Amino acid sequence: MTSLTSAETTSAKQLEEPKEHEDYRLFGLATFLIADGMTFAGFFAAYLTFRSVNPLPEGSIYEVELALPTLNTILLLVSSATFHRAGSALKKNEARLCQRWLLITASLGIAFLISQMFEYFSLPFGLTDNLYASTFYALTGFHGLHVTLGAIMILIVWWQTRFPGGRITSQNNFPLEAAELYWHFVDGIWVVLFIILYLL
Amino acid sequence: MTFVPSSEINNNSPQSLQPKGWLRYFSFSLDHKVIGLQYLVCGFVFYLIGGALASAIRIELTSPISDFMARDVYNQVLTLHGTIMIFLWIVPVVNGAFGNYLIPFYVGARDMAFPRLNAVAFWMIPPAGLMLISSYFITGAAQSGWTAYPPLSITTPAAGQIIWIISVLLLGGSSIFGGINFLATILKLRRPGLKLMQLPMYCWAMFGTSILVVLSTPVLAGTLILLSFDIVAHTGFFNPSLGGNVIVYQHLFWFYSHPAVYIMVLPAFGLVSEILPVHCKKPLFGYTTMVYSIMAIVVLGLVVWAHHMFTSGTPPWMRLFFTIATSFIAVPTGIKFFNWVATLWGGKISLNSAVLFSCGFIINFVLGGITGVALAQVPFDIHVHDTYFVVAHFHYIVYGGSVFVIFSSIYHWYPKFTGKMLNENLGRFHFLITFVGFNLCFAPQHWLGLNGMPRRVAEYDPQFTFVNQLSSLGALLMAISTIPFLWNIIQSIFKGEVAGDNPWEGLTPEWLTSSPPPVENWNGPAPLVTEPYGYGAVKKEALDETTTNKTESPKQTE
Ligand code: HEM
Ligand SMILES: [Cu+2]
Repeated sequence: MTSLTSAETTSAKQLEEPKEHEDYRLFGLATFLIADGMTFAGFFAAYLTFRSVNPLPEGSIYEVELALPTLNTILLLVSSATFHRAGSALKKNEARLCQRWLLITASLGIAFLISQMFEYFSLPFGLTDNLYASTFYALTGFHGLHVTLGAIMILIVWWQTRFPGGRITSQNNFPLEAAELYWHFVDGIWVVLFIILYLL
Repeated sequence: MTFVPSSEINNNSPQSLQPKGWLRYFSFSLDHKVIGLQYLVCGFVFYLIGGALASAIRIELTSPISDFMARDVYNQVLTLHGTIMIFLWIVPVVNGAFGNYLIPFYVGARDMAFPRLNAVAFWMIPPAGLMLISSYFITGAAQSGWTAYPPLSITTPAAGQIIWIISVLLLGGSSIFGGINFLATILKLRRPGLKLMQLPMYCWAMFGTSILVVLSTPVLAGTLILLSFDIVAHTGFFNPSLGGNVIVYQHLFWFYSHPAVYIMVLPAFGLVSEILPVHCKKPLFGYTTMVYSIMAIVVLGLVVWAHHMFTSGTPPWMRLFFTIATSFIAVPTGIKFFNWVATLWGGKISLNSAVLFSCGFIINFVLGGITGVALAQVPFDIHVHDTYFVVAHFHYIVYGGSVFVIFSSIYHWYPKFTGKMLNENLGRFHFLITFVGFNLCFAPQHWLGLNGMPRRVAEYDPQFTFVNQLSSLGALLMAISTIPFLWNIIQSIFKGEVAGDNPWEGLTPEWLTSSPPPVENWNGPAPLVTEPYGYGAVKKEALDETTTNKTESPKQTE
């Protein structure tokens, strides 16, 4: 019993508690993106191992073009910058400007997806043709899924900034910040993907 | 959600909209304590199912021919058993159940950082589990073991394997959401004034575990998605007949699944570190070294995976690297072991059920650790890989380690959960048959493995019959041991002695509130506990001077 009372006085000191509570959602999202990045890391590791230890059988075709993917890289990098513009505009309370940049960002994302579709249809190999081809489609497809989700998120954010009393304002800009962080992440993954899949 | 004073939380918080009484345990509750108990009870139900499957396996193995089940049924039962025990019992309970219940208390918060995500994470589990189990009745369950190695998983019936993959993806997702929540809660939600090095050890364990969860589980998810493509779309990632590479699957799988063994055992380390000091009335020995050991295990745990692949044609340099890295893990693990023994040493130990199970854990875990280091040595592993020796090794760790700790924790925190005491005599009886049954079941399997009995098959050489029957007898004892336990936890809710707020006189924050605690954890502000193991008074009065007890719990001066 003595231990308890002495400990209570020494270690259970009670302090005033602050009343506000911070927002941890961006921290949570960043942690989630690390996890998501590990999924990509697994895919990249698989691709690199396949390339280095599994030679393609005679007669299989695996060749990629550089033109469209380079264009895609530019599209995504520019879209990261335009998204950043949208964020700064919102902070300055310029809702109209913010909306315009958001729409531009979303259009760039959709342009990326369309151009990737073109690439898919022009490639000389299909999903099940050979090991490299399968991995190529798995990786770019998984990334494309991320871009699709991102574009949808941007459009939702855009929709919600349209009303003056709406849900996304310079005071409450978490949805925009979250979508922006996610979008930069997806762009970053693309750069790694571009280097590994197209340049190496 | 966090530091809102209790007066404000009562009316408008989402919790007040939740059903009251026992019904809330079936609701989408946002209260971390309710979610913790949901994890615990749900996990325990799956444990009973997994245990029934284990009994079926042991019945089959009492005779050398497959007479109790057809061979393909045996494969399904074996796969379900392993998957359920890992993904639906141990991982959700040592992380989700105790983590959700205790971590907010330990950091001085009113709830987890993301209560809604928390509820979502829990409610992903029952559907995944039901889907997995019902696949047995509808399409036939997966047959390729909990590892789902291709090409076996590609050539066995597809429907069951796909359901298995979807379930494991859901459970992995749930685990990732939980991990994110724990990281945010531990790092961001700490009550002002509480330093990291003042946190109870279980927080550190969950911090390390959550890092492993966040880094490794997604890799498993990606791998299983590729595997499902192989099964459904006939790609050839892991299918050698289509030019694929099975070894890549093994690397990716074990990149998750070796850390997964630490996801199952690190939280258990943390729980034992909470339980022992309370019942010995001594500070946890070597707080700082405990913290560094956990972090060392996290780092090393990420770079040892290929020790599961020594017989998969790994090149010599890889064998060398992974043998050395694996052997190194024994160092931080050994430090923790000695710290627990030193915590017990000279303490005023009350030999109640919680302590008995914790001591059982220490004994079993040492045995499992020793066979682990042995398995890390390539020349030895080549002989016993895929034999019952490996089965014995990991059951000593996952059952003798994690499951013993889960029982110990239930005996320790049941008074807090329910406000009632458990029956100690029944508890000690439960420990006795569990300990005897467990060792009788798994110790002989070392011998079986060393003599060449392969794992995962329903039939074996008749020379092994007697030892297998011994093992099955042990399994019978283990099955029986759940009866006193179940009886105890159910009848104590109604008839148990009233526990009071702090029956063990613990110092960690969950004991400084009522039992069961109020919705917002404390009526009034959260206490600032900077010395969770500050049993200093006892040290002076009751401890033998000959034992040097250097209190390494954190100083209060900072
Ligand atoms: C001292 C620490 C440990 C060492 C050195 C060690 C080493 C090993 C090795 C080398 C194997 C591969 C044996 C083989 O397949 O031929 C193995 C298997 C295994 N270990 Fe450990 N281990 C340790 C601790 C643990 C812990 C803490 C757990 C779980 C909580 C665990 C669970 C497992 C499981 C589940 C397997 C079998 C996987 C399978 O093939 O299905 N081990 N261990
Ligand atoms: Cu391992």
